[in-house]
Amino acid sequence: MKFSIYRYNPETDSRPSMQEYELDIPAGSDMMLLEALMLLKDKDPTLTFRRACREGICGSDGMNINGKNGLACVTPVSELGKKAVIRPLPGLPVVRDLVVDMTQFYRQYEKVKPYLQNRNEPPARERLQSPEERAKLDGLYECILCACCSTSCPSFWWNPDKFVGPAGLLQAYRFLADSRDTETEQRLSDLDDAYSVFRCRGIMNCVSVCPKGLNPTKAIGHIRSMLLAKGV
Amino acid sequence: MVTAVTSLGRSGLHDWFIQRLSAVVMAVFAIYIGWFVATTPDLQYPQWVAFFQQWLVKAFAVVTVILMSLHIWVGMWIVSTDYLKPTGIRMVFQGALILYCLVIIVWGIQILWSV
Ligand code: SF4
Ligand code: SF4
Ligand code: FES
Repeated sequence: MKFSIYRYNPETDSRPSMQEYELDIPAGSDMMLLEALMLLKDKDPTLTFRRACREGICGSDGMNINGKNGLACVTPVSELGKKAVIRPLPGLPVVRDLVVDMTQFYRQYEKVKPYLQNRNEPPARERLQSPEERAKLDGLYECILCACCSTSCPSFWWNPDKFVGPAGLLQAYRFLADSRDTETEQRLSDLDDAYSVFRCRGIMNCVSVCPKGLNPTKAIGHIRSMLLAKGV
Repeated sequence: MVTAVTSLGRSGLHDWFIQRLSAVVMAVFAIYIGWFVATTPDLQYPQWVAFFQQWLVKAFAVVTVILMSLHIWVGMWIVSTDYLKPTGIRMVFQGALILYCLVIIVWGIQILWSV
């Protein structure tokens, strides 16, 4: 199978380029793309990418695979056709090859205060939730922060410093929806500007790439409804 | 919270709401005009003037012109903040945009009121 992989080493290359690789993959193999990349790295140790868990949990091997963002470790090579074109996640500065600088992504995540805030006296053991209240967090808490969604979002490409992006907004809603959080008002006012939430144009690129099957657009819709309910 | 001085409203919700509301009003106005044109058999200048002389039509048209300008303002402001990266160019564009919208409002009201 043929691979065309984005290569860039800022210390030696004046500009990025695509490098062609060949790898023998036995017919009927259920190999994942990450494994193929590791085999290619055995041959060419300079090839650089991130990975850790190799099972879709850590979120470190997000990349652009044949034009669509995804996790290499859960993408079977058998789905990629005769040739796989692999590039880094779009829109973020490249550190080297497939490794991108995620600072802007994390900065937006940090902005939504992704932790429980509760100004009431803590109970002796823990803050309880009913099963119904807990169910509201399903489809939100599973995010692994792989950045596949935000880096496929045009609104995030154009304003990565101002638009929170689908991943951050999914987490913003995760805490807005949490019955144990008391800072709903403050969280909403922090989001009510022309960019943070409202730069989402509902293109749903985020939904189509999320490897965990989450729906940031729906969460953004809920935030918008909450803002609307507060504002009228 | 990200601040923006040249946006129409002071909050994102405000802009969003105006954009939706104006879209609905413009759609209703367009359908209304279309309906008038379709149901007036021999449409000539006198009928057209008489139509706009009704104060309700006049008021509806004025409201639509104002909301249309606000719609343009919100929409084009968003486009400019997405695609015009150099600050100078963006400022000139937004200045011209605001002026353009104000001119449309004043001029539109003047025309409609003179009927
Ligand atoms: S929402 Fe999905 S695509 Fe986005 S960061 Fe979370 S897991 Fe990744
Ligand atoms: S739906 Fe919104 S957040 Fe998702 S990709 Fe589109 S603009 Fe971005
Ligand atoms: S290596 Fe952990 S998500 Fe792919």
